[in-house]
Amino acid sequence: MLLILVLAPFAGSLAAICIPAHKGTASAWLSGSIALFCLAISAGLYPIVAANKVLRYDINWLPELGLNFSLRMDGFAWMFASLVTAIGLLVVIYARYYMSANDPVPRFFALFLAFMGAMLGMVLSGNLILLAIFWELTSIISFLLIGYWHHNANARDGARMALTVTGTGGLCMFVGLMLIGHIVGSYDLDVVLSSGNLIRNDPLYTPVLILILLGVLTKSAQFPFHFWLPHAMAAPTPVSAYLHSATLVKAGVFLLIRLWPVMAGTDQWFWLVGLAGLSTLLLGAYFAIFQQDLKGLLAYSTISHLGLITVLLSLGSPLAAVAAIFHTMNHATFKASLFMAAGIIDHETGTRDMRKLSGLFKYMPITATLAMVASASMAGVPLLNGFLSKEMFFAEAIETHKYNALDTLTPYIATLASMFAVTYSLRFIYSVFFGPPPQDLPKTAHEPPHWMLAPIYFLVFSCLVVGVIPALTIGPFLHTAVQSVLGDATPVYSLAVWHGWNLPLFMSLIALVGGIGLFFIMRPYLATSIEGPPFFRRLEGQRIFERVLVTLSWKWARSIEMRAGTRRLQPQMRVLVAVALLAGAVTLLSQGFKPANIVLRNIDPAFALLWLVGMVCAVGAAYQAKFHRLAALVLLGGAGLVTCVTFVWLSAPDLAATQLLVEIVTTVLILLGLRWLPKRIEDPDDQLMTISTRLRRLRDLAFAVFAGLGMMLISYTVMTREMPETISSYFLERAYSEGGGTNVVNVILVDFRGFDTLGEIAVLCIVALTVFALLLRFRPATESLEAPEQQRVQNAFDDDHPDRKKGDSVTEYLLVPSVIMRWMFPVIGMLAAFLFFRGHDLPGGGFAAGIAMSIGFILQYMAGGTRWVEERLRIHPLRWMAIGLIVATATGLGSWVFGYPFLTSHAQYASLPILGKIPLASAILFDLGVFSLVLGATVLILIALAHQSVRAPRAQIRAARLAAKENT
Amino acid sequence: MELVLSAGIGVLTASGVWLLFRPRTYQVIIGLSLLSYAVNLFIFGMGRLRVNAPPVLEPGGVGGLLTHTDPIPQALVLTAIVIGFAMTALFLVVLLASRGFTGTDHVDGRE
Repeated sequence: MLLILVLAPFAGSLAAICIPAHKGTASAWLSGSIALFCLAISAGLYPIVAANKVLRYDINWLPELGLNFSLRMDGFAWMFASLVTAIGLLVVIYARYYMSANDPVPRFFALFLAFMGAMLGMVLSGNLILLAIFWELTSIISFLLIGYWHHNANARDGARMALTVTGTGGLCMFVGLMLIGHIVGSYDLDVVLSSGNLIRNDPLYTPVLILILLGVLTKSAQFPFHFWLPHAMAAPTPVSAYLHSATLVKAGVFLLIRLWPVMAGTDQWFWLVGLAGLSTLLLGAYFAIFQQDLKGLLAYSTISHLGLITVLLSLGSPLAAVAAIFHTMNHATFKASLFMAAGIIDHETGTRDMRKLSGLFKYMPITATLAMVASASMAGVPLLNGFLSKEMFFAEAIETHKYNALDTLTPYIATLASMFAVTYSLRFIYSVFFGPPPQDLPKTAHEPPHWMLAPIYFLVFSCLVVGVIPALTIGPFLHTAVQSVLGDATPVYSLAVWHGWNLPLFMSLIALVGGIGLFFIMRPYLATSIEGPPFFRRLEGQRIFERVLVTLSWKWARSIEMRAGTRRLQPQMRVLVAVALLAGAVTLLSQGFKPANIVLRNIDPAFALLWLVGMVCAVGAAYQAKFHRLAALVLLGGAGLVTCVTFVWLSAPDLAATQLLVEIVTTVLILLGLRWLPKRIEDPDDQLMTISTRLRRLRDLAFAVFAGLGMMLISYTVMTREMPETISSYFLERAYSEGGGTNVVNVILVDFRGFDTLGEIAVLCIVALTVFALLLRFRPATESLEAPEQQRVQNAFDDDHPDRKKGDSVTEYLLVPSVIMRWMFPVIGMLAAFLFFRGHDLPGGGFAAGIAMSIGFILQYMAGGTRWVEERLRIHPLRWMAIGLIVATATGLGSWVFGYPFLTSHAQYASLPILGKIPLASAILFDLGVFSLVLGATVLILIALAHQSVRAPRAQIRAARLAAKENT
Repeated sequence: MELVLSAGIGVLTASGVWLLFRPRTYQVIIGLSLLSYAVNLFIFGMGRLRVNAPPVLEPGGVGGLLTHTDPIPQALVLTAIVIGFAMTALFLVVLLASRGFTGTDHVDGRE
C-alpha cells in the first residue's frame, strides 16, 4: 500500500506529461483523481496507525551497505501524508480554475503530481538516505514549479535562488544524515530513532546538528536563509498555496520533528534552533507588516509562523513538541486558504498591490468573508484553530526550560511577534476589502467561479470546527501523531478552548489589542509607503545572496580559469600525462615496488631483431608524423606488424589474426583520410628553432622517456615474476565442459563474458553511426577539393592524346592488381566464413571474420572505384549492423525462454554435409551477431570516408553548373 | 624474451607519448595508435610470455595455466584491439571534420 501511495503520483505525473497541452481539464481530472486516490489510501491506513503500529515496506537494494528502499508510516508520517494529499487535492481543484488556458497546463499538473510524490516519499521514508533523495527531489521539482512561468525573469530568478539555497542546505543535511548513519551504524529510521542517547553523546553531535540544521533552516526559510521564500512568490498561486502551506517549507519542520526525539534537549540545540526560530518569528512578522504585495505579506507571515514552530521545537519539552505538531497542521489550513484567496483577488482584479486594492467587500463578499475568517485564525483570534496552538505556544514560552537570557526573553518576543501578526492580518483584510471602492483596477472585480471557492470553504470550515470543538475533531489524529513522535514521553495536554483566566490568555489579549492599535497608528504610512520595512530595507538577503553568487561563480571561477585553465590541448595533455605518471609512480613507490634485476638471459636473437625493427618503426613514425605522413603511416603499420608477429610468437593466434586484420583496415582508413589534410612541406628555415621551442621539446622528450622507462620497468618486473593463481584457471577448466568450445578466448568472449561483448559491439555500433553522421555534415576544406595531383597528371595525359578520352588513364591505372582484387572477393568471403565457423574451437571468431569480410568489400572499392562498386553491389551496412545487434540480443534473450539467465549458451555439435562436424553452441548465433555488426560497422565507416571523394567533385560540378548558368 | 618485449613496450610508449604532445592532429592520431599497441602488449604480458604453449584445448579436455596460455589477457586485448580501431576511426573523422570547419589541422583548431 505504501509503495502504491508513493508511486501513484509519479505515475500520474508521467501520464499527465503525455496529455497534449490544450487538454488542460483532462490533466486536472487526472491529478484530482490521483490526489483523491492517495488521500483514500492514507485514510484507509488510519486504523493501523491509530493502533500505534508502524507500517513498513522494505525492498532490499544494497543490504550490505544498509541502503534499502524502505517506506515506513507511523502516526506522524500519516498526519503529514494526509496533509499533503488533502491539501494537494484542494489545490488541484483550485488550480483547475486558476490556470489560464494559455499556459501549458498538463506540465503544471505533471510537476505538481511529481512534487506530491516526492513529498510523500520524503515523509514516508524509512531510511535516511532515501529521505535525503526525496528531499532533494522536492528541491528540484519546486525549482521547476516556481519557475513554471519561465518567460518571466522574476520567476526564473526566484526559482534559481530557491534551488541554490535549499539545494546547498540539502547537501549539508545529506552529510549530516550520513554522519548519523555512521554514528548509529544504520540508516534505518527505526534504529536511528531508538538510539537518541548514542547520538547526543557522540563527539560528532555538534557538527551533525549544524549540518542537519543547515538543511532544515534553509528548507523552512528560517533566518538568515529566509530570503528565498518571498522571491518564490513569482510562482503561480496554486504552487505557493501548496509549497508554502503544507509541503515544501514544512519539510524542514517535518525533519526537525522527526529527529526531535533523538537530537533535542541539548544546549547546542536550544541555542541554535532557538535563536534561528526567535529571530525568524519576530523579523518575519515585522517584515510582513510592510509588504505591499498580498503574496509578499503572506510569504513573510509564513516565514514567521515557521519560526514559531521552530521556537517550540527548540524548547525541548514534550508539550512544546505537541504544540509544534498542532501548529503545523493549523498553519497549513489557514495559510493555504489565504494563499488561495490572494490568488482569487489577483485573478479577478489583476493586481496584488495593496495600495491599489480597496473596498472589494462589495464586489466579492464570499471571498472576503472566507479570507477574514482565515486571517483571524492567522492572527490568533479565539474560537479559531490558530488561537489554540498560539495559546499553547504562549504557555510554553512562559515556562522556564533553561536558565539563560534567551529563555527569559522568549515570552516577550512571542507577545511582540503575535502583536505584529495581528497587525498584518488586519492590514491584509482592511486594505483589500474595506475603504473606498477601488479605482483603476486592471479588471472589474467579481466573485470567482463557485468551484474555485470550494477548497477555501472547506479549509475555512475546518479552521472553525477545529477552533470550536478541537477535542472532538482533530484530537484523535493529533494524539496519534504525537504518540508516534514522543512515544512514552507523551505528556498530558488539553485541547480545550477555555483554560480560565491565565497568563497566556492575557498575553493573547495584549497582542490583540496592541496589534489593532498598531495597525491604526501605522495605517496612513502603510497606505502609501514603498515596499519593504523601514531600517531593514537596505539589508536585503537577496542582494547579499546575489553578490555571493557573483563572487563565487563568476569572479573566482574566472580568476581560477585565468590562472589554471587553458583552452589549448597540449598543456592539458601534459597535465594529464603528468598526473598519470605521478599517480603510477606514487602508488608503486609507496607500495614498495622494486624493479626486477635486468638479466640478459634466454634472449632469442630473432625476437630481439624483430623488436629492433619494431622500435625503429615506432621512433621513425614519431619522427616522421609531422612532414611525411605517408611514411609515418607505413612505419606505424610496421610497428603493428611487429606486434602481430609477437602475438604469434607468444602463442596468441587469435590476437595475431585480429591484429593483422585490424591493421589492414586501420591503414586503409587513415589512407582515406590523408587526402583531406592540408599539405605540409618541410621548411628549411623551420629547422632553426628558438630556444623556447628547444626547451619545450626537451621537456616533452623527458616526459616521453620517463613514461617509456616506467612502462618498461613495470612490465619487465611483472613479466619476470611468478604467475599467481588467477581466475584464468576457472575459464580454462570450464571452457569445454560448460562453454562447449576448445578456443578458450572465444568462449570467454561469446559465452562467459558475453554481456561485455554485447556492450562492446554496441559501442562499435555507436561509433560507426557517429562517424556516419559526422561525415554527412562534413565539408572538406576548399583547398583539398580539387582532384589529387596524380589524377590531374593522368587527366592531362589524356587531354594531350587525341585518341584518349578523359578519365581513361584513371580507369586503366593499376589494371592488373584491380582485376586480382576483384577476383579476391569470393576468396576473402570464404576466408571469413572459415574464420567464423572454426571460431569456437580454433583461432578465429566473429570479430576476425567480420573484419576480414569488410576488407573484401573495401578491396572492391579500391579496385573499381566507388561508383563502379555501387552500381553493381548494394551493401547496406546499416542493416547489417541492425541485424547483428538484434541477433546478438535475441540470442541472449532466447535463454530466457528456457528459463536461464540472460545470455546463457547451449552447446552442441552438429554434422553438416561437406563442412563436417562444426560446433553449434547457441553462442555461435551470438557470434553471428557479432560478425554481422562488426562487418556492418567497419564497412560503414570506410564507405562513409570513401564517399567524401565522390562528394568533392560533385561540389565542383555544382559550382561549375552555377557558373555556366550565370554565363548564359 | 621479457626484456626485449618490455623494451619494445617502453619505446612504443615513449614514441606515443611524445606524439601526444605534438600540435598536429595527425601526429596525435599516430601517437594514440602507438600507445594502444604498447598498452595491448602490456596487458598481454600480464599473462606471462609463453612460447609454444597451446592456446586451444583438446576436445573434451580440461586446461590449466601450467599447460596452456592465459586466456583472460588475450580476451581483453582482443576486445581492446577492436575498440582501438573504433576509436581511431572516430578520432580520424573528428580530425577531418575539425579540419573542414577550422581550416587548420592544429589540435586547438587555430594556429
